[in-house]
Amino acid sequence: MTPLRTLATAGRVLTQILHDPRTIALLLVVPSLLIGLVAWIFSDTTAFSTIGPAMLALFPFVVMFVVTSITTLRERRTGTLERMLSMPLGKGDLILGYTLAFGLLAVLQSSIAVGLSVWVYGLEIEGSVWLLLAVAVADAVLGTTLGLLASAFARTEFQVVQFMPAFVFPQILLGGIFLPRDQLPAGLEQISDWLPLSHAIDALQAVATDSEDAAYVAGELLIIGAWIVAAVVIGSITLRRRTP
Amino acid sequence: MGNNEAPAVVVRDLHARRGKHPVLHGLSLTVPRGIVMGLIGPSGCGKTTLMRAIVGVQIVQSGEVSVLGEPVGTASLRRRVGYVTQDASIYDDLTVRQNLAYFRAVLGVPRGDIDRVIEATDLGSNAGQLAGSLSGGQRSRVSLAGALLGSPDLLVLDEPTVGLDPVLRVELWGLFHRLAAAGTSLLVSSHVMDEAARCDRLLLMRHGEVLADDTPGGLLAATGAADIEAAFLTLIAAHPVAPGEEAP
Repeated sequence: MTPLRTLATAGRVLTQILHDPRTIALLLVVPSLLIGLVAWIFSDTTAFSTIGPAMLALFPFVVMFVVTSITTLRERRTGTLERMLSMPLGKGDLILGYTLAFGLLAVLQSSIAVGLSVWVYGLEIEGSVWLLLAVAVADAVLGTTLGLLASAFARTEFQVVQFMPAFVFPQILLGGIFLPRDQLPAGLEQISDWLPLSHAIDALQAVATDSEDAAYVAGELLIIGAWIVAAVVIGSITLRRRTP
Repeated sequence: MGNNEAPAVVVRDLHARRGKHPVLHGLSLTVPRGIVMGLIGPSGCGKTTLMRAIVGVQIVQSGEVSVLGEPVGTASLRRRVGYVTQDASIYDDLTVRQNLAYFRAVLGVPRGDIDRVIEATDLGSNAGQLAGSLSGGQRSRVSLAGALLGSPDLLVLDEPTVGLDPVLRVELWGLFHRLAAAGTSLLVSSHVMDEAARCDRLLLMRHGEVLADDTPGGLLAATGAADIEAAFLTLIAAHPVAPGEEAP
């Protein structure tokens, strides 16, 4: 693994996306539009102030997961993945290159989502907007790296698609959106403690309501960061140069 | 670094499956240095699986493969072996030059090499076009250009001339022979028999086994056939597949 090859891969992925302006537009605005839709649905109630922060975690996470896993799926299908792995490209170069490229898009996407939520959709934030943005970006990058991990695990294209519901849906169900996590049955609450999306939602809600101190949010950010690093490392180890 | 006198490829008793289907069963062969070795045989006979094993992307059940004197899978081989897959493996949403620029960065070879391979594959007028907008023949030339970057010691080319017009095909075979004359070893698969005559040496494959390993002239002399296709048919007739052995 070398910085030059990692950066060349990140640059290549970004150049590919730049050739497709519609994809960029969809990637950047779809999560924001979905959050706007939720705000509109609840516009006659006060519910948006409660679930708004969770929506900031949910939509960018899911969109980045899907986009990343589909992009790497395409690389697998067209044979370029096999070609690159027959060349002196480290498996880590590939995974980290993708993480950097989509990480940059995640920063833009989350900035738009946070900006619109706070200043257009009227989401009230008691804490720091910058801290909110930091958590939202970490959450979107998490979606990217879990998407990479899922597609590294998969041996075939069909498996990649199956990983989407397997990796993402349980995290949504147990993340505290449907039922606050402390009201979950024993067992499920412990499981939800181990799921990274739970921590992103907790941190966003803590910043929005300013109910916890900065150390708490930093701790949650650390957990999300650990998941990001773990996904990149395990993804790099799991990716196979040789296939049947 | 491996022994420079070692053959380009040595395969011993190789068993491999493609997916769950056994394709190679005890295959052995040697590809000498500095020649164009043709790999000829019907579709499904195991040419691609053999080539994947040689470039180190195929899981094999048993057997030995050594490339340029080193066991396959050695990291340093990844810059010494160029591989072109049957379907062009290039990024459709990058231009020709952007594709090559990425491959170049990964290989760590000088930037000037991009212009050399663009010229060698006659892609000069398409360099700024998106690969996805090119014809099938042009796309396979982009894929080939990528494999030429860094002048690898061994080129493994899986049906590189499919979909090319006759003029271009002749030009590419000329390029292959110039590369071989300069010391590059080439293993080129084809199921087009008239291309076989252009190779320095031929491996005839069927059902995952090597039927013959000879020069085109030697093959014709041994079988008394008028052309390679007839020679191949003669060899098949001499090695009938036993009942129930169709997919051994």
